[in-house]
Parts: sequence; C-alpha cells; structure tokens
Amino acid sequence: MFAFIVSRVLQAVPVVLVVGLIAYAMFAFVGDPVTIMLGTDYTEAQRVALVKQLGLDQPFFVQYAKFMWAALHGEFGISYRLARPVTDLLAERMPATLELALTASVFALLIGVPMGVYTGIYRTAFSSRVFMIFSLIGVSLPTFLIGILLILVFSVWLQVLPSFGRGDVVRFPHWSTGFLTTGGLKALILPAVTLGLFQMTLIMRLVRAEMLEVLRSDYIKFARARGLGTRAINFGHALRNTLVPVITIAGLQIGGIIAFSIVTETVFQWPGMGLLFVQSVQVADVPVMAAYLVMISVLFVLINLVVDLLYYAVDPRLRVVR
Amino acid sequence: MSAIARWLDSDVAYSFRRSPVALMAALVLAIILAGAVLAPWIAPHNPLDLASLNLMDSRIPPVWDAEGQRSFPLGTDDQGRDILSGIMYGVRISLVIGVASVIFAIVAGIAVGLLAGYAGGVLDAVLMRVADIQLTFPAILIALLVDGVVTAALPQEMHERLKTQVLIFSIGISFWPQFARTVRGSTLVERGREYVMAARVIGLSSGRIMLTHILPNVLGPVFVIGTLTLGLAILSEATLSFLGVGLPPSSPSVGTLIRIGNDFLFSGEWWMTIFPGLTLVLLVLSINLLGDWLRDALNPKLR
Repeated sequence: MFAFIVSRVLQAVPVVLVVGLIAYAMFAFVGDPVTIMLGTDYTEAQRVALVKQLGLDQPFFVQYAKFMWAALHGEFGISYRLARPVTDLLAERMPATLELALTASVFALLIGVPMGVYTGIYRTAFSSRVFMIFSLIGVSLPTFLIGILLILVFSVWLQVLPSFGRGDVVRFPHWSTGFLTTGGLKALILPAVTLGLFQMTLIMRLVRAEMLEVLRSDYIKFARARGLGTRAINFGHALRNTLVPVITIAGLQIGGIIAFSIVTETVFQWPGMGLLFVQSVQVADVPVMAAYLVMISVLFVLINLVVDLLYYAVDPRLRVVR
Repeated sequence: MSAIARWLDSDVAYSFRRSPVALMAALVLAIILAGAVLAPWIAPHNPLDLASLNLMDSRIPPVWDAEGQRSFPLGTDDQGRDILSGIMYGVRISLVIGVASVIFAIVAGIAVGLLAGYAGGVLDAVLMRVADIQLTFPAILIALLVDGVVTAALPQEMHERLKTQVLIFSIGISFWPQFARTVRGSTLVERGREYVMAARVIGLSSGRIMLTHILPNVLGPVFVIGTLTLGLAILSEATLSFLGVGLPPSSPSVGTLIRIGNDFLFSGEWWMTIFPGLTLVLLVLSINLLGDWLRDALNPKLR
C-alpha cells in the first residue's frame, strides 16, 4: 500500500514539472511583461531596473526553477489585467468554484446512481425508456446551451430562480459560502444543475450498463437461489460490483467538472476561478493563465491519486499483494 | 459508375439502409449541409452585407408570432440581421473550422502514431507519455489555453485576420492524442506482419514503409474516431466562440450567434439564441449518431 502511494506520487511529479515548464514558457515567450508594466512613458534605467527586479536577465532554466519554487509557495506574480497578486485573486474565487463543483458532483451522483440502478433493473419499463431518451439529450446538449435554456425557463419565463452571481454570501476570513443563506442556495441551483447534468447522464448510463452486466452473472443467480431479498441482491451484491468503473469515471469527471465550470461560470456570471480564467484568456493575462494551469494540473494529479486509492477501498481483489 | 454500384451493394450500404436512426441522422445532416453550402444562393438575406441591414428590422420575432414578418422566418437580431440567414452562414463557418481542425488532428495524430509505433523505444515512450498527459486534461481546456497563448503571442494587428487559423490550430491540437494512440496501437500490430517484413527485405526506406504500406492498413478506425471527433470539434468551436475567445461578431459562427443572442435573453427575445442553439444540437447529434452507426457497421464482431 505504502509503496503503491509512493510510486503514484513519483509518477505525478514529472507531470507537474512539465506543466510548470509549459506555464513558465508562456511567461517567458508570450508578450513582454516589462513593456506591459511600464506603460508608454519610461526611461532606459527604469526598464533595466524592472528587468532585474523581475529576474528576466537570468538564464531560462534558472528562471524556470525560480518560477516553480515560487509556485510551490503559492506565488504566481501579479495579474497584468487587475494589477493584484494572482494568488489573492485565485484564493478569493476558489470557494465559489469549489462549492459549485461540489454541489454539481453531489447532484450528479445522487440522481445519476439511483436512476442508473432503476433503469438497469426495470430496463423494459416505460419510465426507463423515458429516462434513457432524456439522458441521450443530456449528453448531446452543449453545457452552455443547457445553461441558457435553464435561464430562459426558470429566470425569464417563470422568474423563480436567479440567473447570475452567487446571491447572498456569508464571508469568513478565508472562505465565503453560499450554503448558509436561502439566496445563496437558490443561486446555486441552476449553475449546479447545468454543470452536473452531463456527469449525471454519464453516471446513469454507466451504472445501467454495469448493472445489466452484473445482474446476468452467476453469483447473482446464486444469491437468488439462496433466497436473499431483492433489495439485498440489487444493492448489496449488484450495485456494489458496479462501483469500480463508476468511481473511475466519476473521479476523472471531477476534472471535467472543473474544466466545464469555466463555461458554466461564464453563462451564469458565477464569480469563480473559471470566469477569471476566461477573462484572462480574452486579454492574454499570462500570470493568471499560468497559475490556473499549474493549479489545475496539481488538482488533476491529486484526483487521479485519490481515485486509485478508492479502488483499494472498494475492490478487495486489488488488495492482494503481488 | 461501377464504383457507386459496388458501394450500394456493400455491407455498409446495406446496414445503412436498414438503420432508421442512421437514415434520419443523414437526412437531418443533409438538410443542414445543403442550407450551409447553398447559403449564398438560397438564404433570404446576406447577414455579412452591412449595407442591406436596416435597424428598423431589428428584434422582429419569428413569423408565427403576431408581430412576425414573412421576410424574416425566424426573426431578426438586434442589428436587424435575419436569424435564418445568419444560421445558414454560421453553420458554414462552424463546419469549416470543425472539419479543418479534425483534419489537423488526424494528420498530427497519424504522424505521431506512426512514428511512435514504428520506431518504438525512447521516442515511443516520450510521445505516448505526452499524449497521456494531455489526455488527462479535458480537450476544451487545452483548446482554450492554446488559443489564449497563441493570441497573446501574435501581434495585435494579426488577431482578426488569423483568428480562424488560430481556432483551427487550438481545437486540432486538443484532439490529436486520441488519433495518435489508435494509430500507434494498429502500427504496433502491423509492424510485425509479413508484408512489412517483405518491404523491409526489399530495402524500402522506413518512411516509405510507414506511408505506403502501414498507413493504408491503420486508417479504418481513424475515420470512425474522426467522425465522432467532428461533433466534439464543432462543439468546441461553439463553446470557444460563446466564451468570447472564438470568432468575432463580424464573421459569426453558430457559437457566436448564440453568444450574441444570449445578451437579449432577458428582454424576452429568445429566438436569437434558441434557433442557433437548436441547429447546433441537431448538427452535432446527427454527426454523432452517424459516427456511432459507422463504428458499429465497420465492426466485424457486430455483424
């Protein structure tokens, strides 16, 4: 177990280093921060001083090492667009994105798994077919269009839910949450559904396919022969054995959720990191882009690690010492 | 002529005729394609011709609404552009970018896959590791990032002019690993076959063996993945344009139209968004269904 974790972590290090190199290369070769920061009116002495201050007179790999070192300490420089430390900007917006992603994942799992189990068990029922058609539409609709449709129906026509922002937010020193107020919760519904819908349909189809597979297997027949109740068979035996692929996909989809939160946050003007990233891409704000990239890659590596560890928890066959 | 007759007689054509879903999807796709290709001749208006725009025509609802007008079947946007014509021209742009970026991804993927599979060793390990790393990130994120970097690297005055090429490059780059992995896998298998051995014995160069002997034998799955990727590429373009980093409103793709319409959602002018959105969904759905069908039809195990 310990060796497994160590080898996984060691595999992850080059990924982060490569992504860091790309992020740094963006810094080094895209645009000229000196001219951007100095504006139009400056003397040669000022320019040289700034070059020295930013460390741009040193060799490439020294600068890269410094960049990674600073990144390790959570320092990514200053945003060209907002003239504030990137770390502060990201830290301010992280709660919004994480709360959104968390709610969307919980929504996807809580609705997707039961629907998958239901359509797997009663696969010929009329309601199952309706669910399947619904899921096909869910997979084909692009995220931003789902958001627009939801806004049109619930905010413009029915006027029951807010269409942008986080609503009322309770602020703590390092965190701001929308979970504690009615306004905040209401503002969370549409974005979370938009973001979670694709994952939900994916999980539902996956659970259904796995259930169909498992329900045909011998140990289910044997469990029936032993006279176990339907409930125990469906949930204790069948569902449990579908969980490994579901955890893989759901885990890897957390990455997808973070990426698509960029789109969802733009549609709903949700003040999270994704919106910050899009605004930065539009004006080529390299420090923010680089920081976001490094952060996302670390996050993805962590998610992959956790997914691998969850296998161990769920599937006893993997615990056999090789 | 005989080629067409032979195709009509083939297994693939038979399974096509027998699949109602594939027929439906092909029909929808054909209608959208016809509208896009023939747009300059059959579109009621030319949305790119600024001189023909009249602000008096702005924000007209679709024709079945009481305030609708016959000459604007699906209504108009805030500038008085006809929505239907806008969609027809927009689909052209979306399709061109989608197809071009998939071709870019296919060419890059084949090159890397052939090289990695045929050469093996360190080159293979490095190239496939890069592909693995990229695959852990969602394609849309890669496309967004590449787009941002390239735009930042280009001088200001080239942005507008090269935006289409930048988009094709960004989207193409985000999809190459799938192709590279597939081609590499098949190349590894083909490399061990007798005909490759024979070609080597005759003394053909590695490049020639890869291109004229192995390549034709690894193309099959590439087409299937290519079809399915086309749907994703069109969605990527629409998403990028919607996010405001894609095409500018001066040459609107379907995604740009949705973005423009989105600003008027709250004043009740839903048709500006919904019709381009519906077109996008139908286009992508029909391409995906055709791709699914093609995958099953070409899979000998399912016959």
